[in-house]
Amino acid sequence: MMAAQMNNPIETKQVVRLNKKYRFQWEPTQECYVLLYPEGMIQLNQAAGEILQRCQNSLSIQEIISDLKKAFPDADTLADDVLEFLAEASAAGWVELD
Amino acid sequence: MTNLIARETATNSSQGAPLTSAKPLWLLAELSYACPLQCPYCSNPLNYPKARANELSTEQWFEVFAQARALGAVQLGLSGGEPLVRQDLEQLIGEARRLGYYTNLITSTLGANPERLSRLKDAGLDHIQISYQGSDEVINDRYAGTRSFKHKIMMTKAAKQLQLPMVMNFVLHRGNIHQLNDMLNMALELGADYVELANIQYYGWGLKNRDLLMPSREQLITAEQSCNEFRQRHAGKMDVLFVIPDYFEDRPKPCCNGWGTTFMTITPDGKALPCHAAGEIKGLEIPDVRARNLEWIWQQSSIFNAFRGDQWMQEPCRSCPEKETDFGGCRCQAFQLTGDASNTDPVCDKSPQRGLIDEAIKTSQQPKLAAQELIFRNPGSAKKLLLEN
Repeated sequence: MMAAQMNNPIETKQVVRLNKKYRFQWEPTQECYVLLYPEGMIQLNQAAGEILQRCQNSLSIQEIISDLKKAFPDADTLADDVLEFLAEASAAGWVELD
Repeated sequence: MTNLIARETATNSSQGAPLTSAKPLWLLAELSYACPLQCPYCSNPLNYPKARANELSTEQWFEVFAQARALGAVQLGLSGGEPLVRQDLEQLIGEARRLGYYTNLITSTLGANPERLSRLKDAGLDHIQISYQGSDEVINDRYAGTRSFKHKIMMTKAAKQLQLPMVMNFVLHRGNIHQLNDMLNMALELGADYVELANIQYYGWGLKNRDLLMPSREQLITAEQSCNEFRQRHAGKMDVLFVIPDYFEDRPKPCCNGWGTTFMTITPDGKALPCHAAGEIKGLEIPDVRARNLEWIWQQSSIFNAFRGDQWMQEPCRSCPEKETDFGGCRCQAFQLTGDASNTDPVCDKSPQRGLIDEAIKTSQQPKLAAQELIFRNPGSAKKLLLEN
């Protein structure tokens, strides 16, 4: 799924923004977060939902990681997981990185 | 309160155990069959004018939206006919937004100017899908049956200026498929977020005009090549969806993602259907939202349960290893072409009735048909067809 191109490695000081084409919201009947776009929907697993929820306020990746660490102190590989996810989300066009 | 649609009542409350865990994620609201265009490929029923006298009110649509949302609906398609004929569209969109829907306006744009589009956006509209019948005025207006091209271009630009997500949907058939390159270039220039190249399907008026509109296999091959070349040249700039008409494939489409699993359509006069063409299938009782609530309709009605699961399947579908991929194809098409909605969709080359499709393709290519004329979709034609049958 990742774009077959040489991406610059992501830096944690970069600010993440949800692409305006997508709407992020909690869906009560599905008990998960979703991304909505023209005639389509992406169901997000818990980790993806927690990360994207924090992409709505123009925070830097470092700020997002810090916030997640507070909420999930037992998650060992959190920083790496966040970076990996955001790289994929960026390649998919869900988020923009400044 | 007598006009409100059915809510929970004593008679409805003995619901029975839920028969499905699937949710109607996609609600298609056909707000009116009235339309200023006269497209001969339209999938609305031939007798569409009779719904005009019995359209749901604003409050009734509010209730439909609320009930469907409670069942899990999140994508709302506002369609028809032409949804812009509804003067309460701003209110409907506002209510849908309040309920948390993602709203898609599926429209010709006739019935709105840029100012109205701005109001619709302010009311909460999330995306506009604009239909095009050609890449220039001559072809577009010929097949729309109505002068509309210039207006569509103007409204497309207005949507971009408002930063409203915008999709251009080019409806393709024999008469305009040669314009594919121009269509794609036009969409790129106008900044469409996505482009749909929608080869027509054969329901309603489209079925009536099938012989005159069906492209040839050569036209489709050329079109698909052009499309792929465009994708290569402009990779990543704009997503292009190109769907080959199923007649020219050897497997059917997984119709409505499986009957009664994902979609619910509500017609302008309040009928609930698993798909917008299902009203044409004889012998199925069609529930009315004024008489039954949507939860009962989704879970318990005979029409929504008619083709759930695979117990209804006949051979070859019943034993087919691909049945969970395409569910045996389209029920409406099986009914229309073979007389039995539980048959294999004859498009499938495993169907013993595939010959019907091959014959239809052959017939459509006959030169003598050039003398025939398209039947354009309008109340006059609808009346005439009713009298003929």
